[in-house]
Amino acid sequence: MSIKIINEKCIGCKICVPVCPVGAISMVDLPAEGNAKPKKKAVIDLDKCNLCGACPSSCKFKAIEIIKEDVHVVDKSQYKGIWVFAEQYENNVHPVVLELLGEGRKLANELKVELCAILLGDASVEGEAKDLISYGADKVYVAIADELKHYTTLPYTTMISKMIKQYKPEIVLFGATTTGRDCASRIAARINAGLTADCTGLAIDKETKLLQQTRPAFGGNIMATIICKNHRPQMSTVRPKVFKKAVPDKGRKGEIIKVPAKIDQGDLLVKVINIIKDTTVKVNLSEAEIIVSGGRGLQAPENFKLVEELAEVIGGAVGASRATVDAGWISSHHQVGQTGKTVCPKLYIAVGISGAIQHLAGMQSSDIIVAINRDPDAPIFKVATYGIVGDLFEVVPKLTRKLKEVRG
Amino acid sequence: MHIIVCIKQVPGTTQVKINPETNTLIREGVEAIINPFDENAIEAALQLRDKHGGKVTVITMGPPQAVNALKDAIALGVDDVILVSDRAFAGADTWATSYTLSQTIRKIGQYDLIICGKQAIDGDTAQVGPGVAEFLGIPQVTFAVGIEINNGMLKVNRLLEETNEMIELKLPAMLTVVKQINTPRMPSFKGKIKAKNAVVTQWNAKDINAEENKTGLKGSPTSVVKIFTPPPKGGGEILKGSVDEAVDVLVKKLRDRKIC
Repeated sequence: MSIKIINEKCIGCKICVPVCPVGAISMVDLPAEGNAKPKKKAVIDLDKCNLCGACPSSCKFKAIEIIKEDVHVVDKSQYKGIWVFAEQYENNVHPVVLELLGEGRKLANELKVELCAILLGDASVEGEAKDLISYGADKVYVAIADELKHYTTLPYTTMISKMIKQYKPEIVLFGATTTGRDCASRIAARINAGLTADCTGLAIDKETKLLQQTRPAFGGNIMATIICKNHRPQMSTVRPKVFKKAVPDKGRKGEIIKVPAKIDQGDLLVKVINIIKDTTVKVNLSEAEIIVSGGRGLQAPENFKLVEELAEVIGGAVGASRATVDAGWISSHHQVGQTGKTVCPKLYIAVGISGAIQHLAGMQSSDIIVAINRDPDAPIFKVATYGIVGDLFEVVPKLTRKLKEVRG
Repeated sequence: MHIIVCIKQVPGTTQVKINPETNTLIREGVEAIINPFDENAIEAALQLRDKHGGKVTVITMGPPQAVNALKDAIALGVDDVILVSDRAFAGADTWATSYTLSQTIRKIGQYDLIICGKQAIDGDTAQVGPGVAEFLGIPQVTFAVGIEINNGMLKVNRLLEETNEMIELKLPAMLTVVKQINTPRMPSFKGKIKAKNAVVTQWNAKDINAEENKTGLKGSPTSVVKIFTPPPKGGGEILKGSVDEAVDVLVKKLRDRKIC
């Protein structure tokens, strides 16, 4: 397990130096031979290097190598097929599941394997299985028990881990929702599988047939592609709203397989005693096609109604910057940004939001961004598709009126 | 009551910028900080200790310089800190990190509650807390926005997408906390002096009985094959003219793109 610079290949170009997130690479002069000029070479300070993998891909001359010994080798040929976790809440399958089935179908076709869904719940959930088939699943594994009606970590982890061990899928996809992230993390630890969080890109490597998982890191400032070479299954949580939903075909045929569910009493340690719905959330942010968000520029909590009116006219959800949530103007379910929700709607309208990097991290992958702000230097304009520099108290009501007009 | 908090030292991402010419991260001047969500975890632990008595131990896995994050934790008033550091841990993904932290906690011995931040701001995975809980075989409650303890029973308010979920469970358990749970305190003057003079306990792979095949790059199922900066968003357009004109142009553009 080590990293090395291949001196014959290193030309001393210094490209790798600023790439290193921990500052472990520096340049040294190699002793000159004869009359030649001294050459620069990269060296890595092994006390600082954390083998993060950033530098080898930055080197155009393939002069940096991370050598990884393979330890955990499973018989990969035994693992076949792609699974999608069909997360449900009160028997409604989460919209991200349909996106996973859409993307999973493509991956399955490329690998020439089956696409399967796994559905857990009580007896009333069974009806959903047919829908999953119409959205592209070849098989749906259904596990039914009263204790699986509402998601809790341990019974779900045990059930899914058992199913994975029995049927051996090569890839398992979860939505990167609170439930998906809670569950996938626990399963991966239990079955010694590789898990990549919050993926925004999935592809199959043509040669190795490995799943290439691309995800943002550092609040979206860099992207990393991650693979899982020797462990199975390859697991990912996938960011909602990134992939297109599968198109349903009611005539599609598939197989529904009931998996006996025996709940281990030792897993019933956590009791859900109440679920409180936030009634101010009319449209769920993570699912919304259009979001109108308000920031400190609104000046007072009652002015959020400008944002709400605009959102209503165009059928959008209401978002908010952290400052307004911290000030108690609106509930935290509306918060967009690194500490709130990551969203990528078709249209994001930022009203009176300056655009702190934490806010940008939560919305900059939106298709179209409209910024309305008085300050022409506000960072929000750097990511905006369209910007209006002006007083929001004048701009927003006019925009709402105009949109009402044209939409009839 | 003994509460263990797992923290991570991260680069302050608010300062991370991209060099537009080379398209790489500019690292200069970026200071290392305690992951902000972990500050909330420390605060939650301190509040529980102040109410119920007991002690708070903060642990981190990282390179030798991660000791600074632990000293910052001492300044905030925690009772004990431990750095687990070894060359063998380098390159750890979330699986190997969870394993290493769980081995550290096993070595510590008795505990009632483990608290982690919901995720770290550099990796944003939210995977290590649940991983630690699994390796220790204790229940987990993620995304906590409120914690109460009564007679060994834990009541947790979870902040989910559209709802809050009220949870009840027995200790011991592992919780991850969201930003909204509290406002972390500032270090006291006395705390800063204490931190300055503190000698931090440091354990290596052998001290925590870590199996070599389960730590660092070697123990990590995943590996990074490529890191790149996303292409910058194409330059935006500022709509000029009077407010009425700008609004008209905007609506036309949105209509043309069939957005609304």
